[in-house]
Parts: sequence; C-alpha cells; structure tokens
Amino acid sequence: MRTPLAKARGRGSAKEGTGHFIQQRITAFANIPLVLAFLLILASLVGADYQTAHDRIANPFIAAILIGLTFNLSLHMRIGMESVIEDYIHHEGVKVLSYLANTLFTYAMAILGILSILIIALGG
Amino acid sequence: MKDLTERQRPLSPFTQIYRWPITMVTSILHRITGIGLYIGSLFFIGWIVALALGPEAYGWATWFFGSPFGWLVLFGYTWVLMQHLMGAIRHFIWDTGAGYDKPVTQKLAWASLAGSVGLTLLLWIVILLAL
Repeated sequence: MRTPLAKARGRGSAKEGTGHFIQQRITAFANIPLVLAFLLILASLVGADYQTAHDRIANPFIAAILIGLTFNLSLHMRIGMESVIEDYIHHEGVKVLSYLANTLFTYAMAILGILSILIIALGG
Repeated sequence: MKDLTERQRPLSPFTQIYRWPITMVTSILHRITGIGLYIGSLFFIGWIVALALGPEAYGWATWFFGSPFGWLVLFGYTWVLMQHLMGAIRHFIWDTGAGYDKPVTQKLAWASLAGSVGLTLLLWIVILLAL
C-alpha cells in the first residue's frame, strides 16, 4: 500500500525532532524569573512620569533583565506559534507564509524591544 | 492506485458533544493564553518604544494605559500571563514523568485556575494599595 510511511522508510530520522521541544522548555523555564521581575518593575511604574520610568529602565541591572526577557520571549513565542501553525494550517503555501510571518513578527518584536531598551539605557 | 490515506474520514465532534473535562479546559486555555500573550507582546513593545522615543510618545502610552480600557487590558493581561505560567508549571511536572494519574491531573488543572486568579488578584491589590 502506498502510504506516507513507505516514502519515509529507509531514510532515517532527521535527528533533530526534539530540538524545539527542548528549547521551548528551556525558554519557558528562563521566562519564569524574567517575567516575575518584569511584573515587579512594571508594578513599580504604575502612575510614574516619563523621567521616573526612563531612569528606572536605564538602570543597567533592570535594562539587562528586560533585554534578556525580550530575547527569551521572542524565541519562546516563535516556537509556540510554530506548533499552533503546524496543528491548524494544512495548506502548504499558507503554512510557509505563516512560518515567514511568525519569524518576521517575533524578530521584529525582539529587535524593536532590545533597540529601545539600549537607547534608553545608553542615550542621554 | 488511489491514495487511501487522502480519503475524507469523519471527525469525532468531541468539543460540541461532551461535557468539557477540566483538564481539557486548561489544555485549551494554555494554547489560547499563549496566542493572547503573543499578540499582547505588542503592548509591551509599544510601551518600551514610546519610552525610547521621548516624553511626548510616552505621554500617549500613559494616556492609553491610564484609560479604563488600558486598565482592563493590563488586568486581563495579568490573568492571561498567570494562567499560562501555571500551565507551564504543570507541564514541568509532567516533563519529570510525574502527575499523569487522572485525579492528579484534575487537581493540577483546578490548582492552575485557582493559582492564576489568586496571583492576579494579589498583584493588583498590591498595586492599588501602593497607589
């Protein structure tokens, strides 16, 4: 019988099937302290004026946490949305475009976020 | 020969017919909250970009987040984040190979809901008291 299994047989495994699975858990684990720290930073800025908020984010320690969070979150978001696309989008062309849009969105978020934090931390 | 694997087979209408087990609710919630946080990351990036652009742009951001709708977004976002966090902790427990018994999964599901609501209320009580 001609099933997809017949095509796959004898070709061996791709050897990286669990790569995203593991990376999703590592980024998730790292996100826990980063997100909790982020919530405390945000909570301390409720009602704060521009100068207060700017000075707090410019603190090197806080800027480092936020850059780590932005980078880590974008990786986690990319893999997470990729599994959603894999599960629900079965049309090949739409799937490829969705992967592309997902990559562009998460990279754009990372670049915009990190660039902004650097401008705040290093600028005058 | 016709490709037998491509025949349309009936799908089980499980989400419409059965009473939702609590583990199904939290499983679906984990995915929905993940998608919500993905889109909601725009709020964080928007805020930090505004802060980098200067006082005028930051004024717009504080106007938005200070409005009733902005508060609703922040409050809702807190719960969505906490629910996804609780889901992550459940997954970490499962990743060790533990917690797969039915009574345990059901307790974990309820605990994740109670934990997310509790943490959200706790954080907002602290914020409102500090104001």
